[in-house]
Amino acid sequence: MSTEALPVAAPAPGSVLDPVGPDAASIAGLTWFMIVLGGLLWLATVVFLVLALRHRAHRAPRRNTRGAKAFIAVWGVVIPMIVLPAVFAYSLVVGIGISRPAPPEALDIEVVGYQFWWEVRYPDSGVVTANEVHVPVGRPVQLQLTSADVIHSLWVPPVSGKVDLVPGRENTMTFQVDEPGTYLGECAEFCGIQHARMQFVLVALPEEEFQEHLLALRLASGTPDTDLERAGRDVFLAASCGDCHRVEDVSEGGVAPAPDLTHLASRETIAAGMLENNRGNLAGWILDPQGLKPGVRMPPNNLGGDELQALLAYLESLE
Amino acid sequence: MTLLQARPGTEDRLAAAWATPRGLAGSLTALNHKQVAQRFLVTAFVFFALGGIQSLFMRWQLGSAESTFLDAQTYNELFTMHGTTMMFLFAVPVGEAFAMYFLPLMLGTRDLPFPRLTAFGYYIYVFGGIFLYASFLFGEVPDGGWFSYVPLTGAEYSPGSSIDFWLLGVTFVEIATIGGAIELVVLILRNRAPGMKISRMPLLSWNVLVTGVSIIFAFPPLVVASVLLELDRTVGTHFYDPATGGDALLWQHLFWFFGHPEVYIVLLPGLGIVSTIVPVLARTRIVGYSLIAVSTVAIGILGFGVWVHHMFTTGLPQLGLAFFSLASLFIPIPSAIQISAWIATLWQGRVVWKTPLLYIVGFIVIFVAGGVTGVMVASVPFDQQAHDSYFVVAHFHYVLIGGMLFPVLAGLYFWLPKITGRMLSERSGKVSFWLTFVGFNLTFFPLHITGLQGMPRRVYTYAEGTGWETTQALSTIGSIVLTTGLLATLGNVISSVRYGERAGDDPWGGETLDWWVSSPPPAYNFRAVPEVAGRSPLWDTRPFQPRYDPSTWQQELLEPPGQVRQVVLTSLLDAVPEEVITLPKQSWWPLLMALFLVLALGGVLVSVYPLSLAGLLGAVCVGIAWTWSREDGS
Repeated sequence: MSTEALPVAAPAPGSVLDPVGPDAASIAGLTWFMIVLGGLLWLATVVFLVLALRHRAHRAPRRNTRGAKAFIAVWGVVIPMIVLPAVFAYSLVVGIGISRPAPPEALDIEVVGYQFWWEVRYPDSGVVTANEVHVPVGRPVQLQLTSADVIHSLWVPPVSGKVDLVPGRENTMTFQVDEPGTYLGECAEFCGIQHARMQFVLVALPEEEFQEHLLALRLASGTPDTDLERAGRDVFLAASCGDCHRVEDVSEGGVAPAPDLTHLASRETIAAGMLENNRGNLAGWILDPQGLKPGVRMPPNNLGGDELQALLAYLESLE
Repeated sequence: MTLLQARPGTEDRLAAAWATPRGLAGSLTALNHKQVAQRFLVTAFVFFALGGIQSLFMRWQLGSAESTFLDAQTYNELFTMHGTTMMFLFAVPVGEAFAMYFLPLMLGTRDLPFPRLTAFGYYIYVFGGIFLYASFLFGEVPDGGWFSYVPLTGAEYSPGSSIDFWLLGVTFVEIATIGGAIELVVLILRNRAPGMKISRMPLLSWNVLVTGVSIIFAFPPLVVASVLLELDRTVGTHFYDPATGGDALLWQHLFWFFGHPEVYIVLLPGLGIVSTIVPVLARTRIVGYSLIAVSTVAIGILGFGVWVHHMFTTGLPQLGLAFFSLASLFIPIPSAIQISAWIATLWQGRVVWKTPLLYIVGFIVIFVAGGVTGVMVASVPFDQQAHDSYFVVAHFHYVLIGGMLFPVLAGLYFWLPKITGRMLSERSGKVSFWLTFVGFNLTFFPLHITGLQGMPRRVYTYAEGTGWETTQALSTIGSIVLTTGLLATLGNVISSVRYGERAGDDPWGGETLDWWVSSPPPAYNFRAVPEVAGRSPLWDTRPFQPRYDPSTWQQELLEPPGQVRQVVLTSLLDAVPEEVITLPKQSWWPLLMALFLVLALGGVLVSVYPLSLAGLLGAVCVGIAWTWSREDGS
């Protein structure tokens, strides 16, 4: 396989300090507060240190320790007793703000972590997709997080803090995105060999576009139109892709966990945010996933040229 | 003074009693604290070098986006071994080793209280380290991180034996660490020189005392956690399996119940080294001795109440998080007291600009920055952003390298002359400091920014265009500078052993009893055991002329009945001499015990349980023989 087809698939990661939603914004405010305050305290300590080192450079040590003890009392006790409760109080206020339960109009989404990809479900509309979370701009979103195997952690830095996906537990994460855009989501808890490549895309759309997108995902992708696509569907089934991957009305999947492919062609990336979703990458991925992402659960596929072309045509029809 | 001079025959008898038998057998059975502690120190620094080399590989990999220098598996193995090596095989043992060498000297005694335990601790530590590194030979290198979270490290997701190597190797080292801790706690409580009340003992012993007690409480939960995981893996119990009623978070609670005190276990000996060196190089007594001692105890206690701050993102209830956040925010107060006390002491005194002081100044600058970011990550909302990002990597390297490695390097420049009798080069020492200091900050400061820019930890690569390239490249350059600085110190150490200026007994004008004996010290440390009347024995009366109690115990120590090794036990608080005890001189049991335990745990690794049983039986037999034999030469 070739490694040249490695364009940047996912968007660049956002910064904690460049928030696009109210949760991350209030944490960013807290962060700046602590950076500035902490920076000043650090600077003052270094200044005191330098002064202490230069003091009495040519004279005998001082015997009266009253001043020195007063310094310990002020700098070691009084100042921390003022600063630390302030940090705690501010953190508590921010913490209560961002952990408020979601309001009734919030959008519910379920995310299940797998080594090394994300299953995304919209329970209200029955949509199942993978590695791509679409949300409406300006509406609270509540993610129900769980894991099917090991511990993962879902993080979109400019949107909110991270929450772990722990097997046997259901964690929730609420957030809201105020600026339309595409954001990089990452796995933040080491989850095995391809932890680094376990990413997803968070797409924030205006409400109407979001509803349109959701509607498109709700419909089955339809039957293949051309002979090539029909041949591709047969390859899909014959090569046992369908044993693991679900395509609505075509295959049930379920032998091993794998992303639902019903609307594969509508996605921006494949391989959990690693590769741009285009024909070349798709071909490379199908033939040699282990070469591109060693340790991933998908086995290599030995397909002839015609079979591959048909399969690609079929997959690209899964809008 | 007459007691200090050898009477005809006595000097020889003392020297003979404390001499190490020659040859390989003598060396393998040696028990003296200085010999074993030297081995500990050298071995710990060898592991430090290994962990450092691993980090250089990782830094090279991360120096550019989409690097193919390392593959994913190798990278994951390297960060696992780097963390495990630095935490278990370097940071904790090096602190214990320092204490094992110098505390008996500072406290005015001849040896550690349980010499066979000293030797056993060393062997089991070395075998644990070899065990871990043997995984490279079998191609089964641990890859689950130093924190080894389940279920990833369970049998289902980590088949093969890489995690078993980790669990068993680490368990060995835990046993060694606990043994060393018991020994040091007893040393500090019962082996101080007569008159060295607990309120007079050197601050380093307060730090080591708290460290030792913390180890005794913190390490057993990790041993238990490891045993449960090994049981899950080998015999199919379900302690950590949520599908069958276990709990994946149980491991995290147990691990961090150990893991956070562990941070202070690593840190406190370093802070003790600082409290020792600052007054000497400021030429004045420490300001706030009691405050520092009390803060040290407070850190030890608070250290046990903050473990959940490693779990702020696991979905625990808000109220619990707030409690642990508050506890974590209190920890900086005792640290701030200590830092203020050191600054106040430097202010009082007239500083002598020697290399150890440079490392201390570097320590304060770095450690305070690590403290600031520590307060930040104790804040729950901020931590939910920073957790498992490069911000945290930057934070704890500031705390651990700043708080522990810099003091250890200061201690090395300060005390190595006592061990070797030769000074390190000042010029080379200063160059090494600046390289280390600048290299350190260049390596780790940019990583704060990388973390805030959204880079998670433990990723073997990252895409182009992420915006992380610049800070990561700077960090890689910094790591090369840092390495150069550390190599300069290594070169300095090696050349000093041969070409260094002779140190004499007391090159720094020291405060504590270690500077009263020759460099290197005689095997028995003190011919007559001095009585101590103040906190700074060598400064209280100059020149130091200790009082001696011409009582029977002192006579007995001076003129032992035959070639036996004797020390005096003193009372817990006031250090009133109570009893003269005779210590073992040499023993095979520690080595044999360690070997049988290797057999026992090795049997678990290869699933040959009769082997384990044989090892256990052997260990029990050795244990019986050990406790029944005095081996004191009487």
